[in-house]
Amino acid sequence: MTCHSHHMRGAPLTVFYASAIAPRMDRNPQKSFQDMILALHDFWSANGCLILQPYDMRMGAGTFHTATTLRALGPEPWNAAFVQPCRRPTDGRYGENPNRLQHYYQYQVILKPSPPDIQDLYLKSLSVIGIDPLKHDIRFVEDDWESPTLGAWGLGWEVWCDGMEVTQFTYFQQMGGFDCKPVAGELTYGLERLAMYIQGVDSVYDLAFNDRGVSYGEVFLENEKQMSKWNFEVAETDALFDLFNKAEAECKNALAHNVPIAAYEQAVEASHIFNLLQARGVISVQERASYMGRVRDLARGSCEAHMEKEAPAWAEKYPEWSK
Amino acid sequence: MGREISGVVEMSGSDFLLELRSEEIPARMQAGARAELEKLFRREMDAAGVTTGEITVWSTPRRLALIARDLPQATEAVSEELKGPPVGAPDQALEGFCRKAGVDKADLEIRDVKGRETYFAVKNVPGRAARDLLADAIPAIIRDFSWPKSMRWGAASISTESLRWVRPLSGIVALLGDDVVECEVHGVTSGAVTLGHRFHHSGDITVGNADDYAVKLRAAHVIVDHEERQDLIRQGAAKVATEAGLKLVEDEGLVIENAGLTEWPVPLLGRFEEDFLEVPPETIQLTARVNQKYFVCEDEAGKLANAFICTANIEAEDGGARVVDGNRKVLAARLSDARFFWDVDRKKTLAQHTKGLERITFHEKLGTVAEKVDRVAKLADWLVFDAKAPNGDHKLARQAAELSKADLVTEMVGEFPELQGLMGGYYAKAEGLPVEVSEAIRDHYKPVGASDEVPTAPTTVAVSLADKLDNLLSFFRIGILPTGSKDPFALRRAALGYLRLVQANELKLELDQVVHAWASQRVAGLPEKLGEFLLDRLAVQLRDEGVRHDYIQASRSWQGRPDMRVDRVEARARALAAFLGTEDGANLLAGYKRAANILKKEDWHGAEGEIARTGEEDPLALVDDPDMKAVIDAKMSERHAKELSYTPEPAEKALMDALATAEPAAAKAIAAEDFSAAMAALASLRAPIDRFFDEVTVNAEEENKRAHRLDLLAAFRTAVHKVADFSRIEG
Repeated sequence: MTCHSHHMRGAPLTVFYASAIAPRMDRNPQKSFQDMILALHDFWSANGCLILQPYDMRMGAGTFHTATTLRALGPEPWNAAFVQPCRRPTDGRYGENPNRLQHYYQYQVILKPSPPDIQDLYLKSLSVIGIDPLKHDIRFVEDDWESPTLGAWGLGWEVWCDGMEVTQFTYFQQMGGFDCKPVAGELTYGLERLAMYIQGVDSVYDLAFNDRGVSYGEVFLENEKQMSKWNFEVAETDALFDLFNKAEAECKNALAHNVPIAAYEQAVEASHIFNLLQARGVISVQERASYMGRVRDLARGSCEAHMEKEAPAWAEKYPEWSK
Repeated sequence: MGREISGVVEMSGSDFLLELRSEEIPARMQAGARAELEKLFRREMDAAGVTTGEITVWSTPRRLALIARDLPQATEAVSEELKGPPVGAPDQALEGFCRKAGVDKADLEIRDVKGRETYFAVKNVPGRAARDLLADAIPAIIRDFSWPKSMRWGAASISTESLRWVRPLSGIVALLGDDVVECEVHGVTSGAVTLGHRFHHSGDITVGNADDYAVKLRAAHVIVDHEERQDLIRQGAAKVATEAGLKLVEDEGLVIENAGLTEWPVPLLGRFEEDFLEVPPETIQLTARVNQKYFVCEDEAGKLANAFICTANIEAEDGGARVVDGNRKVLAARLSDARFFWDVDRKKTLAQHTKGLERITFHEKLGTVAEKVDRVAKLADWLVFDAKAPNGDHKLARQAAELSKADLVTEMVGEFPELQGLMGGYYAKAEGLPVEVSEAIRDHYKPVGASDEVPTAPTTVAVSLADKLDNLLSFFRIGILPTGSKDPFALRRAALGYLRLVQANELKLELDQVVHAWASQRVAGLPEKLGEFLLDRLAVQLRDEGVRHDYIQASRSWQGRPDMRVDRVEARARALAAFLGTEDGANLLAGYKRAANILKKEDWHGAEGEIARTGEEDPLALVDDPDMKAVIDAKMSERHAKELSYTPEPAEKALMDALATAEPAAAKAIAAEDFSAAMAALASLRAPIDRFFDEVTVNAEEENKRAHRLDLLAAFRTAVHKVADFSRIEG
């Protein structure tokens, strides 16, 4: 970082500015993956959301971002939107499957408390990126969400667009074992799927990443090949088991020092290591439950500690709220 | 206490409409929600004393609707009378009554009840307008509504006391006649305004009354009657299939589910690439049905066709071309996954796949799945080769068992766990293994549910039995048994599977031998634990057939030890149930209980003890041996002669004679495992024992008579116990 800024400082600034082009506001979400993301940012920003950046850790879903998990707790209003890269080691297909990736992007919106017009807002966001509900069959299909790892559950739907699940829509009821008071609405868009749909391509690798001819495959195909191989075949399992144990120990250490956010990060780390172990096929069905229980204890412990730390301030500010 | 409700005022009735609008209600919950709405509405009307005409309940994903015909404008005044304590009762009693009845002591009336002066409270409840009753009833219905899962939402959910509904409740339409029934539930107020189809109609719809409700909704692209939508899907799907020259594979579950997902259903047929048909049809059907809720079609020959039918919720401008194309892509993606798995999995033989089982822990205390497979294979071999249960080729059984779990490490089963077994069968067939083996792999999890078919092919039976036995024995051995509703390893299901296999194939397996073969040694207590668990399951299984738990208890002992053959316990319990269902059986049981009570009271142990002291455990054991018959007869007559020092009364003699015939007959039948015959032998004792109790005094003054008669009752009890342990029978 330091080195990089040093280099930037040394660069001829006038040239940089001379070649810059004023940002375009005419997004083209139907022809560009990045424009689709920017259109969503525009939309949710206009509707009162903070536009956050991804969490800088490997995680299985945007829900793990502290802006979702930890912010779902407590009485304070919270509206945020962000892109989160997701790692699902077992979903890797060596770049050979047009739909499956071990690394992909989710677009997360979290609205607390859930507004009464949340479904309408969501449907408007779809029209912003070019999905016309009179041409495409949009459906809200029951899909309750449960994350034993996070001690969390909610009710909601998967949203279908012509039979394809494009969004997970959840009203969080519990997080970290605590009732969500008030309830937050969470929208999780599968960005690649949506883009494939909107752009009308059959393979994720054929997606236009921008509107200047760079494809998604050029950006990520090689990553998928190598990471699939590493996830499934190469990753040293003894080291992974070791990493798991270390993350677990560090989480407990952080808890002992009352830094729950740091503890939570270690829980996220342990969760990802567990997913890698799964991909390596070294955890059986029965052991699986035990590992998940360990991760759950870490995540719940972190949420609990976070709750304990914040509850007095929350209760003071929101007298109608209680833990 | 009497309650008198006079009839409802006869006035021209009004129709009532209630619509509860919400965000999308899960399809699977809608039928239950309709029933719940009707039940709660009736409850409220009954409580208010309102009679209603016909009630109709409809549902769509976004609304529950109820129409009740002919509601009165008001209920008539009701006079309610409550009878209180008699005059002169303690003050406390009187005060309590007043409190309960909600009246003043001064307002009580005194009436004569059978010559006693008694207080009465007379309450006059004035009639109420139906509109007011409904305004109270609607919030009560909403608050008491029971959903399989419900949730909180919005700003109000800062308290956990906020309203719960299946998904956020967004509107209430409540109309009696043409007028709004005004009410409010947690911030949602009733009105006449609803919404139409989410996409085909924008803006509010003002409903006039119950009659124009469905009409106005239809104009707004909502078919509110779920049955009409089901018909549209059923017929529409069949029609598009026929138009494509195909036959719809009917699926009523999908009809109902799709009707629950749409307000304006439009079935559309699409095609997928024919190449996908090379994967097993079950995988295609499963993917289409479970993941996508599509119908599938067959060609004329009954083979799965490369077509699917999705049910859209819109009348798309382009006739659905884009919708179909989108759905086709989704299905293609899922099918290409399936084909990829199918291709990859077949690059290895099942035997090669089994290597992967060494990496999978079956349970942390029970080793790997590979080790489990070894045990199952050994047991399957033993079942066929040694136990002859079933009869078959033990080598095939062993081979099938060795490969039975290989598909667990295939990609296909990793993706679709419900295809375990089935895929193993396909892979076995694809690599050319004997058909007995591929079928055994395919079906060895069966029977899964109570209605699932039970395997009868010997190789399959052997593997299936061995697999279930291994599950049960492995977990029992480390002390894991189901508790309450918790049965994480599905041991109850395994036990039921074992029972059904044994029943369908008439197998006679000795559990102690099974355990010995499984563990290669005796494991103290394990056969008994297994037997007990199986019999508990048997009791549950047979409950509906009238074979009670205690009949099984009465039948579980064999030659003084827990019976190790579950089939025999069952046969005996069934015969016992049949017998006790007859008049003879019921009376004999009564006679038995009477005899047992007397013996218990007198602390009389009878002749059994005596015989045991002679070292002759069962004097009748050799009765069928012609060489021994004379000896035994002599011994028996000697016993009778020695014991009997007086002339028995006729009823006494009759019982002695009946026992002398019935006891050997019962013993012989039991030895032959002919339990109906054993019961018939007992039946012959019914008249003599009844007569004995009618005519003979057991507690005679003379000690020798008393002793003999108690001995006789003890002998009767012994005879009965030979057939079944009647002391375990309740009631």
